[in-house]
Amino acid sequence: MAVLKVKFTKNKRDKLAQVLWIVNWISVVTGIILFSLGLFLKVEISKQQEIMPDRQLHMVPNMLIAVGLIACTINFLGGKICHDCVDIAKYLRWKLLMLPYIICTFFFTFCILVGALMCYGMRGELEESLLSGLRDAMRYYKDTDTPGRCFLKRTVDLLQIQFQCCGNNDFRDWFHIQWISNRYLDMSSKEVVHRLRSNVEGKYLVDSVPFSCCNPSSPRPCIQHQVTNSSAHFNYDYATEEPNLWRRGCRQALLEYFTQIMQSIGLTVIITWLFELSVLTGVRYLQTAMENVLRNGNPDSESDGWLLENSFVEMARSNFKIIKNLGKCNQIDISGSDDPNIDVPSSSFAHYGPGNLPTKQIPVYS
Amino acid sequence: MALMKVKFDLKKRVKLAQGLWLMYWLAVMAGILVFSMGLFFKIELRKRSEMMDNNESHFVPNLLILVGLMACGVNAFGGKICHDSLVPAKFAKWQPMLKFFLGGCVLFNALLFFTALLCFTMRIALQFTLAEGLKNSMKYYKDTDTPGRCFMKRTLDLTQIEFRCCGNNNYRDWFEIQWISNRYLDFSSSEVRDRVMSNVEGKYLVEGVPFSCCNPSSPRPCIQYQLTNNSAHYSYDHHTEELNIWMHGCKEALLSYYGGMMNTIGAMVLLVTILEVGVMVGLQYLRTSLETLANPDEPENESEGWLLEKSFKETIAEFMEKVKSLGKGAQVEAGEDGQEQAVATVS
Repeated sequence: MAVLKVKFTKNKRDKLAQVLWIVNWISVVTGIILFSLGLFLKVEISKQQEIMPDRQLHMVPNMLIAVGLIACTINFLGGKICHDCVDIAKYLRWKLLMLPYIICTFFFTFCILVGALMCYGMRGELEESLLSGLRDAMRYYKDTDTPGRCFLKRTVDLLQIQFQCCGNNDFRDWFHIQWISNRYLDMSSKEVVHRLRSNVEGKYLVDSVPFSCCNPSSPRPCIQHQVTNSSAHFNYDYATEEPNLWRRGCRQALLEYFTQIMQSIGLTVIITWLFELSVLTGVRYLQTAMENVLRNGNPDSESDGWLLENSFVEMARSNFKIIKNLGKCNQIDISGSDDPNIDVPSSSFAHYGPGNLPTKQIPVYS
Repeated sequence: MALMKVKFDLKKRVKLAQGLWLMYWLAVMAGILVFSMGLFFKIELRKRSEMMDNNESHFVPNLLILVGLMACGVNAFGGKICHDSLVPAKFAKWQPMLKFFLGGCVLFNALLFFTALLCFTMRIALQFTLAEGLKNSMKYYKDTDTPGRCFMKRTLDLTQIEFRCCGNNNYRDWFEIQWISNRYLDFSSSEVRDRVMSNVEGKYLVEGVPFSCCNPSSPRPCIQYQLTNNSAHYSYDHHTEELNIWMHGCKEALLSYYGGMMNTIGAMVLLVTILEVGVMVGLQYLRTSLETLANPDEPENESEGWLLEKSFKETIAEFMEKVKSLGKGAQVEAGEDGQEQAVATVS
């Protein structure tokens, strides 16, 4: 009892083959789109690699790139097969390849779904990586003379300008770290010494922020030093007035940016998955219809197409039996003998050819 | 004596027609390219029109857009003609107007060349516009409460950040204008009053620059105030040390940006002009080779094609004669009319 049987006339078969050819080519295009989206994501993550040092983040774009390439090849092959299915002679070329092709595509479709889920699940990893990466970047902001960290100042400044953010959670993070290097501090000055002494770890902390936190849209020239001191600036009240710095934290800004990218990529992958699923179903129907045509013998006759020849349970059972028998080939049957070194075949009597034929009764002619 | 005569048999003519058809479609895409470049240039000018006092001339991008559209139309038409030229019946339809079409092509190519030249020379006009516009932008930097100018600060800050520049010619331009608004100056403070009074025009001038002049690549936190005062900052000598603000002026930066864009567009338009001249020459050969066929219904015959029917000088002379005769024709008619009327009145 076949699963979802459909009758196919010759006309219907040809139409199915042509439609599948077109859909396969559309899927090639979506495969290329997936590949380029994966590449774009890889580039974006690499651009921020100083802030997000986690190597594991590259798994998702690598997977997308691989899936995109495989989708292109599979669908290209599928298009060729479907194009040839219209003609019986050409179909015979592909006959043996079709079933393995369908099985491969089935597993590949499963991979695409996994890829889509990975896209949506990446957010947690991203957040963790950003938390530690940004904190370290801000800590090493002043170390422009240390090799390996000398460009962190530039990276953080450009990040804050580009993503319109300040600090990790907000601008007050800059008050808790020393972002002015000791090289530029006048240690002979009383004020500097006083500040250093008042701090437990001997850090020079100020309530100031770097210039990259300044918001150009603010109507007033940037107040970046003594931000919390209302009396230091004319007509300025820290409590009520909006400081003319960026209000968002960089972690939130980067997270939002990458989440948006991931969501659009995830959506594209799901659409690709739906396409692949429909292509798989169509090719399966085409394959079974063409096989039945060959069985009937007449290339123009009607034939049946189905998804599975027997029900799902029976198919699982038969596959399981095949796997069991594969294992059994190597086992020896010891039921009929005491000596385990003698292999006794499981059947009751041996088939040794014509000698076992039942004797024919010779007709007696009287 | 024809100019650059070439013999054509049927195969050669067919190849020419097919090759020309392909080139005409390439030329249509080139026309679309010119159109989109004109559009892009127009948008870029509009984006920074505040820097140029809203005074910039949009003549060149508009011309590019127009020329791009015309190129598409002319080349699509030319492609149709080439496609039809292989069938004698269809070609006979187009034959009478081909001469005028080719004349139009000559004029169009001249227009294309003129556009390319304009692209290269627009840089000079832009220089003056930018100088004037940037000076005014800096003057209105502090007027964030004046309607119509309230976004000037933001635009100028973003431009200085994006183009990595400071001031008009260099950062010292900021020392000569008041860029801190009076709303944020404490006039009860003696320091502020001293500064304002020491200036002839009563402006509050500082030796400081806005934050957007700061260079993120500098190893030291940005020094934007008291730039020329060495004692105000530790370990700082403004003569020897590289200042951690941008050194270039915005006029230079913007000019090189737009100049580069215009050079590229001008070079592209020149290439398109060469392509157009090529297809025009090909069409002329095709037309003459088909016209000189002894019997149009027997395309297998050989025929000749040429660039000009007579030599270059003779063609020019003929053209001038035609123009003169057109002018004279109008005059003679008027004269004859007068004589006829005179005769009528006499008899």
